[in-house]
Amino acid sequence: MPSLRTETMTVNMGPQHPSTHGVLRLVLELDGEVIHSVMPTIGYLHTGIEKTAEQKKWQQVIPLVERMDYLGPQSNSLSYALAVEKLLGLEMPKRVSDIRVLIAELNRIASHLIWLGTHAMEIGAVSMLFYAIRERELLLNINELIAGFRFFPSYIRIGGLREDLPRGFHEAVNAFLERFPAKIDEFEGLLTKNDIFRRRTEGVGVVTLADAQQWGLVGPIARAAGTDYDVRRYFPYLGYETYEFNVPTATEGDVYARYRVRIAELRESVKIAKQAIARITPSGVWACDDPRVVPPPKDKVYTEMEALIQHFLIYSQGFTVPAGDVYVPVEGPRGEHGTYIVSDGTNRPWRVKMRPPSFMAIQALPAIVKGGLIADVVAVIGSTDVVMGDCDR
Amino acid sequence: MDASAIIAILTPLVPGAAFEQGRSIDFATVYVPADRLVETCRALRDNDALRFTTIIEVTAADYFPREPRFEVVYHLLSIERRLRVRLKVRVGENGSLPTVQGIWKGAGWPEREVWDMFGIVFDGHPDLRRLLMPDDWEGHPARKDYPVQIRKAAQTYEPMEISEQEFRTNIERDRVRRAH
Repeated sequence: MPSLRTETMTVNMGPQHPSTHGVLRLVLELDGEVIHSVMPTIGYLHTGIEKTAEQKKWQQVIPLVERMDYLGPQSNSLSYALAVEKLLGLEMPKRVSDIRVLIAELNRIASHLIWLGTHAMEIGAVSMLFYAIRERELLLNINELIAGFRFFPSYIRIGGLREDLPRGFHEAVNAFLERFPAKIDEFEGLLTKNDIFRRRTEGVGVVTLADAQQWGLVGPIARAAGTDYDVRRYFPYLGYETYEFNVPTATEGDVYARYRVRIAELRESVKIAKQAIARITPSGVWACDDPRVVPPPKDKVYTEMEALIQHFLIYSQGFTVPAGDVYVPVEGPRGEHGTYIVSDGTNRPWRVKMRPPSFMAIQALPAIVKGGLIADVVAVIGSTDVVMGDCDR
Repeated sequence: MDASAIIAILTPLVPGAAFEQGRSIDFATVYVPADRLVETCRALRDNDALRFTTIIEVTAADYFPREPRFEVVYHLLSIERRLRVRLKVRVGENGSLPTVQGIWKGAGWPEREVWDMFGIVFDGHPDLRRLLMPDDWEGHPARKDYPVQIRKAAQTYEPMEISEQEFRTNIERDRVRRAH
């Protein structure tokens, strides 16, 4: 009998494929349904934010960096603001740090909700998307409340916050935190023991701890593989050491483990947010008292000469930052969001570099999906929770 | 652990390398000579007191017109010892430095990005192609002497005219390249 001639098939996936979370392009080499190799192509969303930031004054960079990771924007601006404040040597009042913690956790919940909705939808549980987006809507309303902007609030500023909390903020946050735990139970009721969901996710896309470290993956992907590394625990910032929370981990390292870790993180975020909102007074100090960075209050601007000069200086020239470089990581929804900034002592940054967790995750994608089935690619991409804006910057 | 303690551990492991302590306000910064980089990284990863098993990022900064103009920056993390370190390597205009992909696989794309953005060559890198910019882009945009705003006509492409034979050859070459 003559032997059959076989050859592998090259299939293009993306950049406009709905389950590539934006514009990721994969060139898959298939042997039947088994994946031989994957070649990711990125850069479709590259907008040169880091180069643009070098032309802006320090404070003007905040809205720019928020547009990198557009699902968890405030972890970018938080890490950037903390980095600049470290170079300036600013100490934040406790209330400012508590509000930042609250915002960071709400931001994490919002990002995880989009992950949950899209990930479950891609695996086949289409209605999850609507349940998740419905809850996220409430968080976007809170963003609108504090800044008038739903996606990119730019509420965290160098030197503190944009302004004080609005009226009705506590009610909105408390209402959400009251309502949300029952919703997590609802989500879990739909997925955690769902036979179809488990068969699609268990044992799929396994990342071992050694691999995670080799590929520079830190965050939920590494925590699902066994480490308990969490920036909030290992290198506390914003006073996270005073909050009581657990770092959820799993050991299997598969898609299902990543799902369980992120669901548990939702509960922990609610726990932290509840502690934070209890510490925050409805009104009070919302910025540090450094006149170099924070503009004086308007009533003083209209009555005092020095305040007017200061106001004018800040809004025309900005402020200068001492020369040096600094790297500040925060625990973002996707892992370690870090900002490396270099200052040459002028009023504009010399170099701004974000450490993108999605970038590292996509780099590791070929190693994760190799040898698996083509249908698992979608499950794996969903479970790594990549955002192309974060990856391409 | 500050930079001098790390250098004290590294010096016997990488004999003859001229390490230099860098100024920093967050965590230890060590200047490493480019020709000893790989040995240093291996020592940092494998030494029991350090255990920098995770690569956080590789990036660079252009200090034009200073000479040597580039500094390539490596951020490393040791989960076991709760440590961070920043390695810096000075590279000149046409200089190059070795890849550390043999130590941490995750260095591959960040190094590619540094080449794409700054034009710094990583010797021994298996896949040094454009990453974020289009394949046919000219220049390296993150350099300080690269203009911020350029007028460039929108690039259009003719429909691909390629024979079946050429197409097959391309696919085959691609496969061979990926097999390595």
